[in-house]
Amino acid sequence: MPKIKKFLFINGPLLATILIFIIVYMIGGQLYPAMKKPQVFFNLFINNASLLIISIGMALVVLMGGIDLSVSGMIALTSVASAALLQLNIHPVVVMLLMLLMGVALGCAMGCIIHYLKVEAFVVTLMGLFFARGMAYVINRSSITISDEFYRYLALTKIPLPFFENVSVYIPTLAGIVLLIIVFIIARFTFFGRTVYAIGKNEQSALLMGMPVARTKIAVYSISGFCSALAGIVFSISLLSGFGGYAKSMEMDAIASVVIGGTALTGGQGNVIGTLFGVLINGTIVTILQFNGTLTSWWTRIGVGVLTLIFIGIQSLFYLKKKRD
Amino acid sequence: MATNSEKKASLLTRFRKSPVFWPLVALVIILIFDGIYAPGFFKIGIVEGHLYGNLIDVINNGAPLILVAIGMTMVIATEGVDLSVGAVIAISAAMGAVLINPALGNELISNEILTQNISHTPLPLIVLANLGAGTACGLFNGFLVSRVKIQPMVATLILMVAGRGLAQLITNGQIMTIYYTPYFWFGNGFIIGIPVAVYIVIAVLIAATLLVRKTSIGLFVESVGVNAKSTFFSGISEKNVKLIAYTFSGFCAAIAGLILSSYAHSADANNIGADYELDAILSVVIGGTLMAGGRFSLLASVIGAVVIRTFTITMYTVGVPANALTAAKAVLVLLVILLYSDQSRRLINKLFDRGKSKKESDDAKN
Repeated sequence: MPKIKKFLFINGPLLATILIFIIVYMIGGQLYPAMKKPQVFFNLFINNASLLIISIGMALVVLMGGIDLSVSGMIALTSVASAALLQLNIHPVVVMLLMLLMGVALGCAMGCIIHYLKVEAFVVTLMGLFFARGMAYVINRSSITISDEFYRYLALTKIPLPFFENVSVYIPTLAGIVLLIIVFIIARFTFFGRTVYAIGKNEQSALLMGMPVARTKIAVYSISGFCSALAGIVFSISLLSGFGGYAKSMEMDAIASVVIGGTALTGGQGNVIGTLFGVLINGTIVTILQFNGTLTSWWTRIGVGVLTLIFIGIQSLFYLKKKRD
Repeated sequence: MATNSEKKASLLTRFRKSPVFWPLVALVIILIFDGIYAPGFFKIGIVEGHLYGNLIDVINNGAPLILVAIGMTMVIATEGVDLSVGAVIAISAAMGAVLINPALGNELISNEILTQNISHTPLPLIVLANLGAGTACGLFNGFLVSRVKIQPMVATLILMVAGRGLAQLITNGQIMTIYYTPYFWFGNGFIIGIPVAVYIVIAVLIAATLLVRKTSIGLFVESVGVNAKSTFFSGISEKNVKLIAYTFSGFCAAIAGLILSSYAHSADANNIGADYELDAILSVVIGGTLMAGGRFSLLASVIGAVVIRTFTITMYTVGVPANALTAAKAVLVLLVILLYSDQSRRLINKLFDRGKSKKESDDAKN
């Protein structure tokens, strides 16, 4: 019994998230029977591919006790920059690599400022957000279409799923899933991952234990930059265009997904897998609103905000109880 | 003679050490730049008995920003931040526009009714509703931060995003145009040739300064910013201090929303007060208040806001597009934060002191 109790305490927020996802989806299925179709379920992954990718990066940052508000700006910047480069007839693979490099470079720069110059993470990354969005508008003030063959191939090729009939996903959809598995393994089973958790719990003691705090911190922000650049590529593939106004306030969706996924904002507590369910809950709410048709889109923002608040409340209850035990 | 020069020097050092010094230096630099590259910048004319010109624009259009910056200063001094100011502006503006709407509650809405110069609710009630809505938002933020203990950044981020949704909900997703002329007074009116908004700013600034410097509230705020725990142990309710700071910030943003919607004759839930959080943080940071909380100066933040407005208008005059300007501002914030950091401050003081000691030794030789 005590083992089960301990398991429930450790994984409480994650289990709550999975349960809530199932309940929300079942309510949706009852209200709109069309939601029971498997394709609608997999559409969650297709529509939220870029959100999933930035949320994974965000989850790592939050686990470390930091925050990265720049992700949505990076998506906009990547989409515009890649569209502009593709217009110059540069090879798409080169463009993608350049974008990823840019993401890592910006993330690394923010990490360095946060760690070495001791500026608060949210200030630096908020400025990163405004900087990236501003730069996107500097490159081009209106939206640019992408007509590259390779991008079109990536965007339009369907991959049929096994075990399901007439159900398919697209190539970019898989990027998020693959990334999730990789980051989960890194966070769970490597020295690097343990260091991230340790810094999140207590940076001072992690430093005193001789852990490479500086290297890890900068690496985590670089990974988040990489993730947002990847999300930007996925985003521009799915819309086949680039614009500085894309993905507005998506950082909030990402933070909400991470929090709903059971990761504590204070750092050191949580699970990367939970983030997937956070994203799915987010997507399910949007899907229900779309099926309803009469409710307007700004209810999504309000709904996600309220849900985030509730989950922060649940978390603090859990951790208070844990502390008392 | 010697004592006189000594007094002068001490006055100069006092001025150099005062929080207003660096923002003023920044302002002077920008104005010198204007003088060289945009000579028309300083032109002030009188049209229909009102003062017009870029410099008046800086203060008139800058009034909402100055107000938001005053509120933001209090919040940042308690080691917090309020990212929701833009959304609160939108909510306040939406509230005003909806209450004015002559067709409020009517099912049949025709253009003739909508465009009439009448209001559904009396003006004082509208102003009260505007301020009340914003203050309630601030109270909500303060509650989340002080009682639920959510980090300020996350708590206000929730309202920053959800608040625009709320504003859309209030206006039913439309950009509401206001046709009620008495409402325009706040943003477009003049008293003795000077914009009404300027008087509002001065009133709020004086009230806030009196509250902060003549009562112990300012001291409480600073002590919470320096160390919330020890403040609590010395018998001050740090929770209530935080609550008051966030509520005040919401109140200031609400006045800004009133002025902005009155100035623009409309309430656009998506775009009104956009990027105000960036500009307000920038103003406070330029004013020398540390993001880590503690010592703050309202007047320095006000000058910081004026610097930002001057900078923005200068950039527009030179021909930089509005969207691209955010990138430059973001870099500017980081630079200023780094400039104000302890290390660089020590370096500057060292340079000054070296100059002084050299002069003293020269004097001794003579």
